[in-house]
Formats: sequence, structure tokens, C-alpha cells
Amino acid sequence: MMEVCGSSNVTLREFGCEQSLLSRPDGSASFIQGDTSVMAGVYGPAEVKVSKEIYDRATLEVLIQPKVGLPSVRERSQEQCVRETCEASLLLSLHPRSSLTLILQVLHDDGSLLSCFLNAACMALMDAGLPMSCLFCGVTCAIDADGQIITDPTAAQEKQSRALMTFAIDSTEHRVMMSSTKGSFSVYELQQCIAVSQKASEKIFQFYRDSVRRRYSKTL
Amino acid sequence: MKDTPLCNCERDFLLKAIEEKKRLDGRQTYDYRKIKITFGTDYGCCFVDLGKTRVMAQVSCELVAPKDNRPNEGIMFFNVELSPMASPAFEQGRQSELSVKLNRQLERCLRNSKCIDTESLCVVSGEKVWQIRVDVHMLNHDGNLMDAVSIAAITALCHFRRPDVGIQGDEVTVYSPEERDPIPLSIYHMPISVSFSFFQEGTYLLVDPCEREERVMDGLLMIAMNKHREICSIQSSGGIMLLKEQVMRCSKIASVKVSEITELINKALENDKKARKAGGRCGFAESMPQERITALKKDKTAVEMTDVSERANEIVQKAEALPQTVPSPVVPVPGVGQVGQGPQNTWGLDEEEDEEDSDEEQEEQVTKMEEEHSENKEESRGGEVVEISDSEEEEVVILHPEKPDRTPKNTGSTSHQKVAASSKKRTKK
Repeated sequence: MMEVCGSSNVTLREFGCEQSLLSRPDGSASFIQGDTSVMAGVYGPAEVKVSKEIYDRATLEVLIQPKVGLPSVRERSQEQCVRETCEASLLLSLHPRSSLTLILQVLHDDGSLLSCFLNAACMALMDAGLPMSCLFCGVTCAIDADGQIITDPTAAQEKQSRALMTFAIDSTEHRVMMSSTKGSFSVYELQQCIAVSQKASEKIFQFYRDSVRRRYSKTL
Repeated sequence: MKDTPLCNCERDFLLKAIEEKKRLDGRQTYDYRKIKITFGTDYGCCFVDLGKTRVMAQVSCELVAPKDNRPNEGIMFFNVELSPMASPAFEQGRQSELSVKLNRQLERCLRNSKCIDTESLCVVSGEKVWQIRVDVHMLNHDGNLMDAVSIAAITALCHFRRPDVGIQGDEVTVYSPEERDPIPLSIYHMPISVSFSFFQEGTYLLVDPCEREERVMDGLLMIAMNKHREICSIQSSGGIMLLKEQVMRCSKIASVKVSEITELINKALENDKKARKAGGRCGFAESMPQERITALKKDKTAVEMTDVSERANEIVQKAEALPQTVPSPVVPVPGVGQVGQGPQNTWGLDEEEDEEDSDEEQEEQVTKMEEEHSENKEESRGGEVVEISDSEEEEVVILHPEKPDRTPKNTGSTSHQKVAASSKKRTKK
């Protein structure tokens, strides 16, 4: 069986976040992981189209805007991943017959885009002050040709990898809320990646906490 | 989602303020809001902040076949995306009036003014030219989108570098940025749009209207001009009658504003060039403000890996060994396979038929021999034994009715005999 992967690859790139940077949306955030950056805006709870109305909870719509061209199938599938994660953590039944719209704009793609979407989405939902049962974060792991695990891979590392997995992890019990995988891997590798992601998620949740504390502090 | 309507009180208040030469944000009549230009990590990506209005432009290129009527000119393509992020009134994937207006104005401003040398984008005449695509995304709508769009688009075009191309005979090679330095587009001049809004049937004029002012204005005049004071396009909308003097006055104001903005763009491009030359990291991540209370940054962090392997092992072992429910596939006869539980597949061929097949083969030989020496005895033999080999016979076997437990050997043989009889007749003839 495989050995523990070298610690050099198991790092998160520098990451940063800015909240409420746009004036129009009810909540907005930009999240940066290395060179990958995503901007998110949330509108809602607001009125909903009759055709999309759900009688006992809010309708959540997620839109992903690529940098070049129009949204395609790839964006649609990412939208679904993000939407299902958000639906699981948001307390949508508190706002029946209303709409929530989450728009994610790619600013630069340098790998781990889906996890950056998830992180930006969570920060924007927090900024909008929507009630949630837990926070969530996204972690991407890649397994390269030698079987080494790389967390938060860059685009180049993603290209060389044998398998790519993105997990959404909740803040209360560090459980997997969503997983999206590509490529082939063993059960053991999957469990290893989940364990790594759970460890990495602690760092991200700590960052969330720090940024919120900073935001509501009186001094810088 | 609908935009929040503006109430009458608010409308009256705004108009009253404009009459008194006051603006909500404390600007003077001819003042622009603060313009900030930042660049992305890759070439041709530019963010423009005009007050709270924010847009992003991204330029990309692609090798395509040229248009038939212009075989040696590159193609410029503009796409203004009114993302719902900018305003709740913008809908995804719908061409609104505003988006058509912005797109058209940007095309007139940048393509029809011939500010970009499209002939230099030709690679092989009539076969391959560069298509330059400019995508402009609205991020936040706080009025005067057109000016922000035009600044973002022209700055992104100036910032953009396309890959170098080498031609040897018929072979066209596109070099990656590592092999050869990418080359900038050749831009003759930089048209910039300046918007003027008119109130009270043209009595009052404001430069760079914000979103609230745009809602109460009567008319809009957009002048695109370059720093050489050449007007590239001029458009008036809102159905307002303007006097000649008003248009002249606006164009004078525009020329001042344009030279200011051009200077700012050049300075921004210069700064970015220096930063890139110095080899430092540049781009959106670096431009994130550090001093703001809403922003936080964390350096590269290592993830603990101490017990990861053990945990993974533990889980894998705990979830141990599903019972082997899937046996190796059953192959009753060649060409038929079966996996999993359930009754035996009785489709296709089963044993009796198999036997029959082999029987028939034997019988064939027998009949052939019999045929040779007893041709005249056929009729008397009737229901007894013999069949004859024929291609038709095999067809009959395939269509044979299937009853797994009780294969009717006799019915099979009768049908065979029928065929045999018919074939006999044929052979007789």
C-alpha cells in the first residue's frame, strides 16, 4: 500500500478574501486561492417568479459566469455542485416563496476552481447574512502520476494529475457535503483525500473565523 | 428580479438638487468619479472601477478563417455581458435593450473608428487570421456603464499580447509564450466614450451620471473621442432635442475628459509593465486592498498529514469486504454470458438445442448417404427419420419455440420434416 505523501505538496496556496466589495448585491465576496480568483454576489431573499416558486422554501439559483464566452455544460455542472452544497447548508425553509440568487464570476482560473467557487459562495452568503445551519468550504485534491496527493493544485498540476477530487466540507462535523471527482483512484486513495481535505478545511474555517472577527472588530 | 422602483419623493429630490447645481455624491457638474484601473494576472485582463461601477474586460484571440469580403483582415468581436451580479434587473442570457445598446456603441467606438490595425492580424491571406474577442462583464452597476466599458475594453486591448506566429512555406507555427515573447496589438489611437446626461428638457447637464441620476434623466449623449480631439462616434438617446451649441459644448468637455483618462490609462499600463518586468507577482490577487477591514489574506499554509494515512486505512478496513455478490460470469454457450443472480438465462441457445444441432449434423451425414442410394423411397419413409441438409433448416432452428424444461423434440422434428419435404421437392425439380 502507498506511503504517506511528502508534505511539500500538501499545502494550501496563499488565500485571501474580501467581503462586501460591491454596492449592488445584498452580499458579495471575492475569494483568491493563489492566482485563482472568483467573485460572488448574492441577491435575496427577494420576490420569485411564479414558475420557480416553491411553497415551503426559498428557491436558490446559482449562476456561474465564465471569463470568456457564454456558460456551457461545464459551468452548468459546476453550478449544480455549488447549488446542492448551498441548499444543504442554508436554512431555506425560513424564507418560503422567495428567491435567492448567487452569481459567481470567474476572475482568473489557475486550478482548484470549483473549491474557490464554494469558498467564495460561502463568504458571500455570510456577507448577505442569510441563515445557515453550518458553513462550508471547498478543498480540491489531485493525485499525480506517482500517487502523491496535492492539495489546492494549480492548473499545471491539475493537468498532470491522474485524478482530481473536490469536496465540500461542513464546519460542524467536518463531513463531506458534496464530492466531484475526475479520473481513477482506489478506495484507499479516496479515503486519504477525504482525510486530507478534512484537515485542510480546518485551516479554511479558521480563516473564515479570522476574517469575520476582523470585520466586526473596531480596529484593524 | 425587478429593480427597486424609485419613488416620487426621491425623484423630485434628485431633480431639485440638480436644479440647485448639487449632486448626491458632492461632485461638481463636470466631475468624473474616481477611476481606478487594475490588471489581471494574464495579459488582456483589466478591471475598471468608476466610482462604485465596476466592470471587467478580458481579451482573447483565436485563429479563424477570414470573412470572404475581407480576406486579409483580422476580425474584432465584442461581447458586453450584463451579468445579473451587476444589478438584479439584468437577467441571465437575455439580450436586453441596454445590452444591445452597449454592444453597438462599443462596436462603433472601437471597431468602426479603425483604432486597431486589423490587417496586422492577418496570418495567411484568405485562410487564417486572428480573431480578437473582447468580453466585458459588468460586476456592479452604479451608472455610466458605457464609459466604464469603453475604458476597460481599450485598456484591455492595449494590455493584450497575442502569441507570435511563424510561417515557413505552408506551415504556420504558433509559438507559446515561453518560446517567443507574445506581441501586442497595433493600436492607432484610443477612443474613449464620455457620457452626458440631460435633465429638464436639456436645461441641465451632468457628466458621468450615477445610477440614481440615470433614472431621472431625460436624455443621454455619448461622445467617443480620442486624445487628438477626433470624434469617433456620437450618439444621443432618450429622444431629447439638443441645440447645436450644447453639442459643441459637450464635445469640448469630452476632449478635456478624454485627455485626462488617456493619461491615466497610459500611466496604469506603464506601471503594470514595470511590475511585470521587475518579475514581481502582479494581478488581481496583488491589488487586493490590505488595509480594509473587510479583507483578509493568509499566507501559504501547510496541511497536517500526521494521521491521515492511518485514518484512511481505518475507514477502508472498517468498511471491509462487501460479500462477493458477483460470481464470475456464466458462459452457457459461446456468445452468451451471464452475471449475477436470478434464473438461468434461457435466451439464445440451450442444451437441448445444442444437442439437436449436433444431432442434425450427424443426421445430415446420414441423409446424404441415404440420398445417394435410395432416392425413390422418400415418400414411404414419411414420419420416420430422415432430414436433409439445407440452409433453410438452420433458420428454422433459430426460430424454434423455447420451452426450457420440455423441449419438444417431436415438434422440432416435424417442422424439420416439413422443410425437408419442401426441400426435397425442390431438389427433385
